[in-house]
Amino acid sequence: MRSQPASLPLAPGKQDQTVIEVKDLNKAFGDNKVLQGFNLELKKGENLVVLGKSGSGKSVLIKCIIGLLAPDKGSIHVLGESIPDLNESELDKIRVQIGFLFQSNALYDSMTVRDNLEFPLRRHWMQNATQDVDEMVMEALSDVGLVHTVDMMPIELSGGMRKRIALARTLILKPGIILYDEPTTGLDPITAREISELIVDIQKKYKASSLIITHDMRCVEITADRVIILVNGRCYATGSFEELKRSTDPQVKHFFD
Amino acid sequence: MVLIAKTLLQNWKIFFIEAGALSEFTGRFFTQGFRPRYEFREFVKQCFLIGYQSLALIALTAFIMGLVLTMQLRPSLVAYGVESQLPAMVGIAIVREIGPVLTALIFAGKIGSSIGAELGSMKVTEQIDAMEVSGTNPFKYLVVTRVFAATLMMPILVMLSICISLFGSYLGVNIRGVTSFHLFWTQIFDFLKFSDIIPAFIKSFFFGFAVGIIGCYKGYYSSKGTEGVGRSANSAVVVASVVVFIIDLIAVQITDVLGLN
Repeated sequence: MRSQPASLPLAPGKQDQTVIEVKDLNKAFGDNKVLQGFNLELKKGENLVVLGKSGSGKSVLIKCIIGLLAPDKGSIHVLGESIPDLNESELDKIRVQIGFLFQSNALYDSMTVRDNLEFPLRRHWMQNATQDVDEMVMEALSDVGLVHTVDMMPIELSGGMRKRIALARTLILKPGIILYDEPTTGLDPITAREISELIVDIQKKYKASSLIITHDMRCVEITADRVIILVNGRCYATGSFEELKRSTDPQVKHFFD
Repeated sequence: MVLIAKTLLQNWKIFFIEAGALSEFTGRFFTQGFRPRYEFREFVKQCFLIGYQSLALIALTAFIMGLVLTMQLRPSLVAYGVESQLPAMVGIAIVREIGPVLTALIFAGKIGSSIGAELGSMKVTEQIDAMEVSGTNPFKYLVVTRVFAATLMMPILVMLSICISLFGSYLGVNIRGVTSFHLFWTQIFDFLKFSDIIPAFIKSFFFGFAVGIIGCYKGYYSSKGTEGVGRSANSAVVVASVVVFIIDLIAVQITDVLGLN
Protein backbone atom coordinates (compact mmCIF):
# COMPACT_ATOMS: atom_id res chain seq x y z
CA MET A 1 0.00 0.00 0.00
CA ARG A 2 1.35 3.37 -0.91
CA SER A 3 1.80 5.91 1.87
CA GLN A 4 1.42 9.40 0.58
CA PRO A 5 1.52 12.70 2.36
CA ALA A 6 -1.76 14.38 3.13
CA SER A 7 -2.48 17.31 0.86
CA LEU A 8 -3.07 19.84 3.63
CA PRO A 9 -3.17 19.23 7.36
CA LEU A 10 -6.21 21.40 8.10
CA ALA A 11 -9.17 20.25 10.08
CA PRO A 12 -12.23 19.37 7.93
CA GLY A 13 -14.80 22.13 7.76
CA LYS A 14 -12.21 24.88 8.01
CA GLN A 15 -11.92 25.48 4.30
CA ASP A 16 -11.50 29.28 4.57
CA GLN A 17 -8.83 28.94 7.17
CA THR A 18 -5.78 31.17 6.94
CA VAL A 19 -2.74 29.05 6.13
CA ILE A 20 -0.14 31.83 6.25
CA GLU A 21 -0.42 34.93 8.41
CA VAL A 22 2.29 37.58 8.49
CA LYS A 23 1.89 40.54 10.86
CA ASP A 24 4.04 43.65 11.20
CA LEU A 25 7.06 41.95 9.61
CA ASN A 26 10.29 43.93 9.79
CA LYS A 27 13.60 42.88 8.31
CA ALA A 28 16.72 44.97 7.77
CA PHE A 29 20.22 44.23 6.52
CA GLY A 30 22.42 46.79 8.25
CA ASP A 31 20.93 50.19 7.49
CA ASN A 32 18.88 48.84 4.59
CA LYS A 33 15.33 48.41 5.91
CA VAL A 34 13.83 45.89 3.49
CA LEU A 35 10.50 45.10 5.15
CA GLN A 36 8.82 47.63 7.42
CA GLY A 37 5.64 46.39 9.02
CA PHE A 38 4.49 44.09 6.21
CA ASN A 39 1.19 42.22 6.65
CA LEU A 40 -0.17 39.29 4.65
CA GLU A 41 -2.84 36.62 4.91
CA LEU A 42 -3.07 33.60 2.62
CA LYS A 43 -6.30 31.63 2.71
CA LYS A 44 -6.60 27.95 1.92
CA GLY A 45 -6.83 27.28 -1.83
CA GLU A 46 -6.00 30.89 -2.72
CA ASN A 47 -3.43 32.11 -5.27
CA LEU A 48 -1.95 35.25 -3.73
CA VAL A 49 0.59 37.29 -5.68
CA VAL A 50 3.00 39.72 -4.03
CA LEU A 51 3.98 42.22 -6.67
CA GLY A 52 6.94 44.51 -6.29
CA LYS A 53 9.91 45.98 -8.09
CA SER A 54 13.28 44.22 -8.10
CA GLY A 55 15.00 44.71 -4.76
CA SER A 56 11.77 45.60 -2.96
CA GLY A 57 12.13 42.70 -0.51
CA LYS A 58 9.86 40.09 -2.09
CA SER A 59 12.38 37.28 -1.84
CA VAL A 60 13.28 38.31 1.71
CA LEU A 61 9.60 38.02 2.61
CA ILE A 62 9.27 34.51 1.19
CA LYS A 63 12.53 33.41 2.86
CA CYS A 64 11.27 34.71 6.21
CA ILE A 65 8.05 32.71 5.73
CA ILE A 66 9.93 29.46 5.08
CA GLY A 67 12.34 30.14 7.97
CA LEU A 68 15.50 30.68 5.93
CA LEU A 69 15.78 34.20 7.34
CA ALA A 70 14.83 35.29 10.83
CA PRO A 71 12.64 38.40 11.04
CA ASP A 72 13.79 41.34 13.18
CA LYS A 73 10.26 41.99 14.39
CA GLY A 74 6.74 40.77 13.75
CA SER A 75 5.01 37.40 13.61
CA ILE A 76 4.81 34.70 10.93
CA HIS A 77 2.33 31.88 11.37
CA VAL A 78 2.19 28.98 8.91
CA LEU A 79 -0.52 26.35 9.45
CA GLY A 80 -0.98 27.85 12.91
CA GLU A 81 2.69 27.48 13.91
CA SER A 82 4.85 30.49 14.73
CA ILE A 83 7.81 30.03 12.38
CA PRO A 84 10.41 32.13 14.27
CA ASP A 85 9.70 30.19 17.48
CA LEU A 86 10.15 26.70 16.03
CA ASN A 87 13.29 24.66 16.60
CA GLU A 88 15.07 22.93 13.73
CA SER A 89 13.15 19.65 13.81
CA GLU A 90 9.76 21.37 14.23
CA LEU A 91 10.64 23.62 11.31
CA ASP A 92 11.54 20.59 9.19
CA LYS A 93 8.13 19.05 9.88
CA ILE A 94 6.36 22.23 8.73
CA ARG A 95 8.62 22.58 5.70
CA VAL A 96 7.59 19.15 4.42
CA GLN A 97 4.09 20.60 4.02
CA ILE A 98 5.37 23.60 2.06
CA GLY A 99 6.71 23.49 -1.49
CA PHE A 100 9.23 26.14 -2.48
CA LEU A 101 10.09 26.96 -6.07
CA PHE A 102 13.36 28.87 -6.14
CA GLN A 103 14.06 31.68 -8.57
CA SER A 104 17.25 29.87 -9.61
CA ASN A 105 15.42 26.48 -9.61
CA ALA A 106 18.10 25.12 -7.23
CA LEU A 107 18.12 21.66 -8.83
CA TYR A 108 20.84 19.41 -7.42
CA ASP A 109 23.18 19.49 -10.39
CA SER A 110 25.10 16.36 -9.42
CA MET A 111 21.90 14.28 -9.59
CA THR A 112 19.69 13.17 -12.47
CA VAL A 113 16.12 14.44 -12.77
CA ARG A 114 14.92 11.16 -11.21
CA ASP A 115 17.29 11.54 -8.25
CA ASN A 116 16.28 15.17 -7.80
CA LEU A 117 12.65 14.14 -7.49
CA GLU A 118 13.36 11.06 -5.41
CA PHE A 119 15.51 12.96 -2.93
CA PRO A 120 12.67 14.50 -0.83
CA LEU A 121 10.58 11.32 -1.18
CA ARG A 122 13.29 8.97 0.03
CA ARG A 123 14.08 11.23 2.94
CA HIS A 124 10.55 11.68 4.21
CA TRP A 125 8.81 8.48 3.16
CA MET A 126 11.62 5.96 3.23
CA GLN A 127 9.24 3.04 3.66
CA ASN A 128 7.96 3.53 0.13
CA ALA A 129 8.80 0.67 -2.20
CA THR A 130 10.87 1.46 -5.28
CA GLN A 131 7.83 0.93 -7.49
CA ASP A 132 5.79 3.45 -5.50
CA VAL A 133 8.58 6.02 -5.59
CA ASP A 134 8.90 5.46 -9.32
CA GLU A 135 5.17 5.99 -9.82
CA MET A 136 5.23 9.20 -7.80
CA VAL A 137 8.22 10.53 -9.76
CA MET A 138 6.51 9.75 -13.05
CA GLU A 139 3.27 11.37 -11.89
CA ALA A 140 5.06 14.57 -10.90
CA LEU A 141 6.94 14.61 -14.21
CA SER A 142 3.71 13.95 -16.08
CA ASP A 143 2.12 16.96 -14.32
CA VAL A 144 4.78 19.20 -15.83
CA GLY A 145 4.89 17.34 -19.17
CA LEU A 146 8.51 16.18 -18.95
CA VAL A 147 8.39 12.41 -18.45
CA HIS A 148 11.07 11.90 -21.12
CA THR A 149 13.69 13.83 -19.13
CA VAL A 150 13.68 11.41 -16.19
CA ASP A 151 17.25 10.18 -16.71
CA MET A 152 18.74 13.45 -17.88
CA MET A 153 21.03 15.73 -15.87
CA PRO A 154 19.83 19.28 -15.07
CA ILE A 155 22.66 20.73 -17.18
CA GLU A 156 21.17 19.05 -20.27
CA LEU A 157 17.84 20.87 -19.88
CA SER A 158 16.73 24.28 -21.11
CA GLY A 159 15.79 27.07 -18.67
CA GLY A 160 12.06 26.41 -19.03
CA MET A 161 12.52 22.66 -18.60
CA ARG A 162 14.60 23.19 -15.49
CA LYS A 163 11.86 25.40 -14.08
CA ARG A 164 9.31 22.66 -14.76
CA ILE A 165 11.49 20.01 -13.14
CA ALA A 166 11.96 22.26 -10.11
CA LEU A 167 8.18 22.60 -9.99
CA ALA A 168 7.80 18.82 -10.22
CA ARG A 169 10.21 18.43 -7.30
CA THR A 170 8.17 20.97 -5.35
CA LEU A 171 5.00 18.98 -6.06
CA ILE A 172 6.34 15.53 -5.29
CA LEU A 173 5.51 15.72 -1.57
CA LYS A 174 2.04 17.04 -2.45
CA PRO A 175 2.42 20.16 -0.31
CA GLY A 176 -0.59 22.10 0.95
CA ILE A 177 1.19 25.42 0.42
CA ILE A 178 3.44 26.31 -2.50
CA LEU A 179 5.72 29.35 -2.44
CA TYR A 180 6.92 30.57 -5.83
CA ASP A 181 9.91 32.92 -5.91
CA GLU A 182 9.89 34.76 -9.27
CA PRO A 183 8.67 31.69 -11.23
CA THR A 184 8.97 33.32 -14.66
CA THR A 185 12.19 35.30 -14.28
CA GLY A 186 14.74 34.63 -17.01
CA LEU A 187 12.28 32.82 -19.27
CA ASP A 188 11.11 33.86 -22.73
CA PRO A 189 7.51 35.20 -22.89
CA ILE A 190 6.05 31.95 -24.29
CA THR A 191 7.70 29.73 -21.68
CA ALA A 192 6.83 32.25 -18.96
CA ARG A 193 3.19 32.04 -19.99
CA GLU A 194 3.34 28.23 -19.98
CA ILE A 195 4.79 28.24 -16.46
CA SER A 196 2.09 30.67 -15.28
CA GLU A 197 -0.63 28.43 -16.74
CA LEU A 198 1.02 25.43 -15.14
CA ILE A 199 0.83 27.15 -11.74
CA VAL A 200 -2.92 27.59 -12.22
CA ASP A 201 -3.37 23.96 -13.38
CA ILE A 202 -1.42 22.71 -10.36
CA GLN A 203 -3.50 24.84 -8.02
CA LYS A 204 -6.65 23.33 -9.51
CA LYS A 205 -5.36 19.76 -9.34
CA TYR A 206 -3.80 19.81 -5.86
CA LYS A 207 -6.05 22.47 -4.28
CA ALA A 208 -2.91 23.99 -2.83
CA SER A 209 -2.59 27.52 -1.51
CA SER A 210 0.00 29.48 -3.45
CA LEU A 211 2.05 32.54 -2.63
CA ILE A 212 3.65 33.88 -5.79
CA ILE A 213 6.36 36.53 -5.67
CA THR A 214 6.86 38.24 -9.00
CA HIS A 215 7.24 41.44 -10.98
CA ASP A 216 5.96 39.85 -14.20
CA MET A 217 2.52 41.39 -14.92
CA ARG A 218 1.55 38.63 -17.36
CA CYS A 219 2.18 36.05 -14.64
CA VAL A 220 0.14 38.14 -12.18
CA GLU A 221 -2.78 38.36 -14.62
CA ILE A 222 -2.83 34.60 -15.23
CA THR A 223 -2.24 33.32 -11.71
CA ALA A 224 -3.60 35.82 -9.19
CA ASP A 225 -6.82 35.50 -7.21
CA ARG A 226 -5.61 38.44 -5.16
CA VAL A 227 -2.63 40.78 -5.46
CA ILE A 228 -0.60 42.63 -2.83
CA ILE A 229 1.61 45.46 -4.03
CA LEU A 230 4.79 45.79 -2.01
CA VAL A 231 6.28 49.29 -1.90
CA ASN A 232 8.96 50.52 0.51
CA GLY A 233 8.70 47.33 2.55
CA ARG A 234 4.99 47.78 3.22
CA CYS A 235 1.75 46.45 1.79
CA TYR A 236 0.82 49.44 -0.38
CA ALA A 237 -2.33 48.16 -2.06
CA THR A 238 -4.34 44.97 -2.27
CA GLY A 239 -7.15 43.69 -4.47
CA SER A 240 -7.84 41.58 -7.52
CA PHE A 241 -5.82 42.12 -10.71
CA GLU A 242 -8.74 43.94 -12.38
CA GLU A 243 -9.38 46.19 -9.36
CA LEU A 244 -5.76 47.24 -9.18
CA LYS A 245 -5.59 47.72 -12.93
CA ARG A 246 -8.40 50.28 -12.66
CA SER A 247 -6.66 52.14 -9.84
CA THR A 248 -5.71 55.76 -10.42
CA ASP A 249 -3.00 55.74 -7.75
CA PRO A 250 0.29 56.61 -9.51
CA GLN A 251 2.30 54.00 -7.57
CA VAL A 252 -0.18 51.26 -8.55
CA LYS A 253 -0.60 52.52 -12.13
CA HIS A 254 3.17 52.40 -12.51
CA PHE A 255 3.04 48.58 -12.41
CA PHE A 256 0.36 48.35 -15.09
CA ASP A 257 1.78 50.90 -17.56
CA MET B 1 53.33 53.77 9.12
CA VAL B 2 49.85 54.38 10.51
CA LEU B 3 48.38 52.82 7.37
CA ILE B 4 50.52 49.68 7.81
CA ALA B 5 49.49 49.43 11.46
CA LYS B 6 45.82 49.84 10.52
CA THR B 7 46.10 47.16 7.82
CA LEU B 8 47.82 44.78 10.23
CA LEU B 9 45.17 45.42 12.85
CA GLN B 10 42.43 44.84 10.29
CA ASN B 11 44.04 41.56 9.15
CA TRP B 12 44.34 40.35 12.74
CA LYS B 13 40.69 41.22 13.30
CA ILE B 14 39.68 39.22 10.19
CA PHE B 15 41.88 36.34 11.33
CA PHE B 16 40.21 36.17 14.75
CA ILE B 17 36.72 36.48 13.28
CA GLU B 18 37.49 33.62 10.85
CA ALA B 19 39.04 31.51 13.60
CA GLY B 20 35.98 32.10 15.79
CA ALA B 21 33.58 31.21 12.98
CA LEU B 22 35.57 28.05 12.16
CA SER B 23 35.54 27.04 15.84
CA GLU B 24 31.77 27.55 15.96
CA PHE B 25 31.40 25.50 12.78
CA THR B 26 33.53 22.72 14.31
CA GLY B 27 31.43 22.86 17.47
CA ARG B 28 28.30 22.51 15.37
CA PHE B 29 29.85 19.45 13.71
CA PHE B 30 30.39 17.76 17.08
CA THR B 31 26.91 18.72 18.28
CA GLN B 32 25.12 17.45 15.19
CA GLY B 33 27.49 14.74 13.99
CA PHE B 34 26.74 12.21 16.71
CA ARG B 35 22.97 12.67 16.87
CA PRO B 36 20.46 10.87 14.65
CA ARG B 37 19.48 11.02 11.89
CA TYR B 38 22.64 9.38 10.51
CA GLU B 39 23.25 9.84 6.79
CA PHE B 40 24.92 6.46 6.31
CA ARG B 41 24.37 6.12 2.56
CA GLU B 42 25.80 9.55 1.84
CA PHE B 43 28.73 8.80 4.17
CA VAL B 44 29.58 5.61 2.25
CA LYS B 45 29.28 7.48 -1.05
CA GLN B 46 31.61 10.20 0.22
CA CYS B 47 34.10 7.59 1.46
CA PHE B 48 34.21 6.21 -2.07
CA LEU B 49 34.51 9.62 -3.70
CA ILE B 50 37.06 10.99 -1.25
CA GLY B 51 39.11 7.81 -0.82
CA TYR B 52 39.03 6.11 -4.17
CA GLN B 53 39.30 9.23 -6.27
CA SER B 54 42.39 10.49 -4.45
CA LEU B 55 44.13 7.13 -4.57
CA ALA B 56 45.78 7.39 -8.01
CA LEU B 57 47.22 10.84 -7.39
CA ILE B 58 48.47 9.98 -3.91
CA ALA B 59 49.96 6.68 -5.14
CA LEU B 60 51.81 8.39 -7.98
CA THR B 61 53.25 11.18 -5.83
CA ALA B 62 54.14 8.75 -3.05
CA PHE B 63 56.00 6.46 -5.46
CA ILE B 64 57.95 9.35 -6.97
CA MET B 65 58.73 10.79 -3.53
CA GLY B 66 60.09 7.45 -2.29
CA LEU B 67 62.22 7.05 -5.41
CA VAL B 68 63.56 10.62 -5.43
CA LEU B 69 64.24 10.75 -1.70
CA THR B 70 66.30 7.56 -1.94
CA MET B 71 68.29 8.84 -4.91
CA GLN B 72 68.93 12.18 -3.21
CA LEU B 73 70.05 10.64 0.08
CA ARG B 74 72.37 8.07 -1.41
CA PRO B 75 75.38 10.42 -2.19
CA SER B 76 75.44 11.77 1.39
CA LEU B 77 75.33 8.29 2.90
CA VAL B 78 78.00 7.05 0.45
CA ALA B 79 80.23 9.95 1.55
CA TYR B 80 79.99 8.77 5.17
CA GLY B 81 80.31 5.11 4.22
CA VAL B 82 76.88 4.16 5.54
CA GLU B 83 75.13 3.41 2.25
CA SER B 84 73.83 0.17 3.71
CA GLN B 85 71.65 2.22 6.08
CA LEU B 86 69.80 3.80 3.15
CA PRO B 87 66.59 1.68 3.38
CA ALA B 88 66.33 2.19 7.14
CA MET B 89 66.85 5.92 6.90
CA VAL B 90 64.38 6.39 4.05
CA GLY B 91 61.91 4.09 5.80
CA ILE B 92 61.93 6.11 9.01
CA ALA B 93 61.68 9.44 7.16
CA ILE B 94 58.74 8.20 5.09
CA VAL B 95 56.83 6.51 7.88
CA ARG B 96 57.27 9.20 10.53
CA GLU B 97 57.02 12.37 8.50
CA ILE B 98 57.06 12.47 4.74
CA GLY B 99 54.32 9.91 4.09
CA PRO B 100 51.64 11.43 6.36
CA VAL B 101 52.45 15.08 5.60
CA LEU B 102 52.84 14.63 1.85
CA THR B 103 49.60 12.66 1.66
CA ALA B 104 47.80 15.29 3.75
CA LEU B 105 49.01 18.08 1.46
CA ILE B 106 47.94 16.24 -1.70
CA PHE B 107 44.66 15.41 0.03
CA ALA B 108 44.17 19.08 0.95
CA GLY B 109 44.83 20.09 -2.65
CA LYS B 110 42.49 17.55 -4.19
CA ILE B 111 39.76 16.96 -1.62
CA GLY B 112 39.83 20.29 0.26
CA SER B 113 39.41 22.24 -2.97
CA SER B 114 36.82 19.81 -4.31
CA ILE B 115 34.67 20.01 -1.16
CA GLY B 116 35.08 23.82 -1.00
CA ALA B 117 34.08 24.25 -4.64
CA GLU B 118 31.19 21.76 -4.49
CA LEU B 119 29.58 23.20 -1.37
CA GLY B 120 30.36 26.74 -2.52
CA SER B 121 28.63 26.12 -5.82
CA MET B 122 25.67 24.55 -4.02
CA LYS B 123 25.49 27.57 -1.73
CA VAL B 124 25.47 30.23 -4.45
CA THR B 125 22.94 28.32 -6.58
CA GLU B 126 20.62 27.96 -3.56
CA GLN B 127 20.89 24.15 -3.55
CA ILE B 128 21.71 24.18 0.17
CA ASP B 129 18.64 26.34 0.82
CA ALA B 130 16.59 23.95 -1.34
CA MET B 131 17.74 21.06 0.82
CA GLU B 132 16.84 22.97 3.97
CA VAL B 133 13.35 23.93 2.80
CA SER B 134 12.67 20.33 1.79
CA GLY B 135 13.08 19.39 5.45
CA THR B 136 16.58 17.93 5.15
CA ASN B 137 19.30 19.17 7.46
CA PRO B 138 22.00 20.22 4.96
CA PHE B 139 24.65 20.40 7.66
CA LYS B 140 24.20 16.74 8.52
CA TYR B 141 23.79 15.64 4.92
CA LEU B 142 26.63 17.63 3.38
CA VAL B 143 29.08 18.58 6.12
CA VAL B 144 28.97 15.77 8.69
CA THR B 145 29.23 13.03 6.04
CA ARG B 146 32.15 14.67 4.24
CA VAL B 147 34.11 15.41 7.41
CA PHE B 148 33.66 11.87 8.74
CA ALA B 149 34.60 10.41 5.34
CA ALA B 150 37.73 12.59 5.10
CA THR B 151 38.72 11.69 8.68
CA LEU B 152 38.32 7.97 8.02
CA MET B 153 39.87 7.85 4.56
CA MET B 154 42.98 9.85 5.40
CA PRO B 155 44.72 7.22 7.62
CA ILE B 156 43.95 4.53 5.03
CA LEU B 157 45.44 6.68 2.29
CA VAL B 158 48.47 7.47 4.47
CA MET B 159 49.17 3.77 5.06
CA LEU B 160 48.83 3.02 1.35
CA SER B 161 50.98 6.00 0.50
CA ILE B 162 53.73 4.84 2.90
CA CYS B 163 53.74 1.35 1.37
CA ILE B 164 53.87 2.68 -2.19
CA SER B 165 56.56 5.18 -1.23
CA LEU B 166 58.69 2.38 0.18
CA PHE B 167 58.27 0.43 -3.06
CA GLY B 168 59.50 3.56 -4.86
CA SER B 169 62.42 3.65 -2.47
CA TYR B 170 63.21 0.00 -3.20
CA LEU B 171 63.42 0.88 -6.88
CA GLY B 172 65.64 3.86 -6.01
CA VAL B 173 68.00 1.70 -3.98
CA ASN B 174 68.34 -0.71 -6.90
CA ILE B 175 69.03 1.90 -9.56
CA ARG B 176 72.63 2.38 -8.39
CA GLY B 177 73.13 -0.78 -6.37
CA VAL B 178 71.77 -4.23 -5.77
CA THR B 179 69.67 -4.93 -2.69
CA SER B 180 67.34 -7.88 -2.50
CA PHE B 181 63.68 -7.34 -1.78
CA HIS B 182 63.97 -9.34 1.42
CA LEU B 183 67.03 -7.44 2.66
CA PHE B 184 65.43 -4.08 1.88
CA TRP B 185 62.34 -4.80 3.97
CA THR B 186 64.34 -6.50 6.73
CA GLN B 187 66.49 -3.38 7.11
CA ILE B 188 63.41 -1.16 7.29
CA PHE B 189 61.57 -3.28 9.83
CA ASP B 190 64.69 -3.73 11.95
CA PHE B 191 64.75 0.00 12.52
CA LEU B 192 61.04 0.77 12.58
CA LYS B 193 59.18 0.53 15.87
CA PHE B 194 55.51 0.69 16.68
CA SER B 195 56.20 4.06 18.25
CA ASP B 196 57.13 5.29 14.77
CA ILE B 197 53.97 4.02 13.13
CA ILE B 198 51.31 4.77 15.75
CA PRO B 199 51.85 8.58 16.00
CA ALA B 200 51.89 8.81 12.21
CA PHE B 201 48.65 6.86 12.06
CA ILE B 202 46.97 8.93 14.78
CA LYS B 203 47.96 12.31 13.38
CA SER B 204 46.62 11.34 9.97
CA PHE B 205 43.10 11.22 11.49
CA PHE B 206 43.57 14.85 12.55
CA PHE B 207 44.89 15.77 9.10
CA GLY B 208 41.80 14.26 7.48
CA PHE B 209 39.49 15.99 9.93
CA ALA B 210 41.21 19.35 9.34
CA VAL B 211 41.00 19.09 5.54
CA GLY B 212 37.34 18.00 5.70
CA ILE B 213 36.13 20.63 8.16
CA ILE B 214 38.02 23.50 6.51
CA GLY B 215 36.84 22.52 3.01
CA CYS B 216 33.25 22.31 4.25
CA TYR B 217 33.48 25.57 6.21
CA LYS B 218 34.85 27.50 3.26
CA GLY B 219 32.26 26.08 0.88
CA TYR B 220 29.29 26.31 3.25
CA TYR B 221 29.85 30.03 3.83
CA SER B 222 30.77 30.84 0.26
CA SER B 223 29.33 34.08 -1.11
CA LYS B 224 29.68 36.58 -3.96
CA GLY B 225 28.69 34.22 -6.78
CA THR B 226 31.09 32.25 -8.94
CA GLU B 227 34.04 34.39 -7.85
CA GLY B 228 33.27 33.38 -4.27
CA VAL B 229 33.27 29.69 -5.23
CA GLY B 230 36.78 29.99 -6.67
CA ARG B 231 37.91 31.87 -3.59
CA SER B 232 36.40 29.23 -1.29
CA ALA B 233 38.17 26.40 -3.11
CA ASN B 234 41.45 28.28 -3.07
CA SER B 235 41.35 29.33 0.57
CA ALA B 236 40.24 25.82 1.60
CA VAL B 237 43.51 24.46 0.17
CA VAL B 238 45.69 27.21 1.63
CA VAL B 239 44.18 27.13 5.13
CA ALA B 240 44.03 23.31 5.24
CA SER B 241 47.70 23.04 4.18
CA VAL B 242 48.81 25.49 6.88
CA VAL B 243 46.71 23.68 9.49
CA VAL B 244 48.26 20.34 8.44
CA PHE B 245 51.72 21.76 9.24
CA ILE B 246 50.49 23.17 12.55
CA ILE B 247 49.00 19.80 13.53
CA ASP B 248 52.24 18.12 12.51
CA LEU B 249 54.22 20.51 14.69
CA ILE B 250 51.95 19.85 17.67
CA ALA B 251 52.10 16.08 17.04
CA VAL B 252 55.92 16.14 17.02
CA GLN B 253 55.95 18.07 20.29
CA ILE B 254 53.55 15.60 21.89
CA THR B 255 55.48 12.52 20.75
CA ASP B 256 58.65 14.20 22.02
CA VAL B 257 57.13 14.87 25.45
CA LEU B 258 55.86 11.29 25.58
CA GLY B 259 59.33 10.02 24.72
CA LEU B 260 58.23 8.39 21.48
CA ASN B 261 60.89 10.09 19.32
